Amino acid sequence: MSTRTTGTGFGRVLVFVYGIFAVAATARSLVQLTTQYDRAPVAYWLSLLSGVVYCLATWAIAKDRRQVALAAVLVELVGVLAVGTWSVLDDGRVFTDATVWSDFGVGYGFIPVVLPFVGLWWLLRGSSHQSD
Amino acid sequence: MSATGVLFLAISAASLLVAVWLVVRILRDRPVHDALLYALGVLEAGLVLQLVWGVVQVVGAHGDLNVAAYLGYLVGALVILPIGFLWAAAEQNRSGTAVLLVATIAVPVLELRLHDLWVTR
Repeated sequence: MSTRTTGTGFGRVLVFVYGIFAVAATARSLVQLTTQYDRAPVAYWLSLLSGVVYCLATWAIAKDRRQVALAAVLVELVGVLAVGTWSVLDDGRVFTDATVWSDFGVGYGFIPVVLPFVGLWWLLRGSSHQSD
Repeated sequence: MSATGVLFLAISAASLLVAVWLVVRILRDRPVHDALLYALGVLEAGLVLQLVWGVVQVVGAHGDLNVAAYLGYLVGALVILPIGFLWAAAEQNRSGTAVLLVATIAVPVLELRLHDLWVTR
């Protein structure tokens, strides 16, 4: 296992989960931005941002681009925690509709708040055990 | 229950059954075998039927249905198993089987979204 890549083994499963979120978040935000923009523009732009981050993470983990993957997952972690906290405190003023990361991803079974931790664990685990 | 509701429920139940079957294969560390592939094929046939049925609904009277979202979920449900299968095929071990498991768990979630969109139209 000296040349473990990020996109195989458990990483293959992780890429698939990231891929689902990449498609779900990007498609959802594009539909909302184009059909009901005025209802909650900030929320929809944030959903699009999450979609782009998921797309980048999916590609980077699949292609064994460890540094890019780490950066994407870190942005994802900060994003879900920041947007999650903001949405809880916001009281419906800015977030007049939900984002993917609202309330720490409650609309997606809280997977959005768990996923970056799993991603970090996987990426860092691989790098610190390169000789096992 | 409407025919649409029966279809959502049947596909969800079938998908979860296949998911349980995949879990058993993973726990036993056995590869995906022909019987499972046939089951996935039947499930995919149901999803094709659902897409055709859904398009007929959208063309007909559909009230305030969010058509873009509805078609999006229909297409998502149609392609997730084939994409999962292709992505899983590169690794014919537990990891590959787990990819199929994720896909079969995602299908009922998509069915739930389709159901919500349809009943709240």
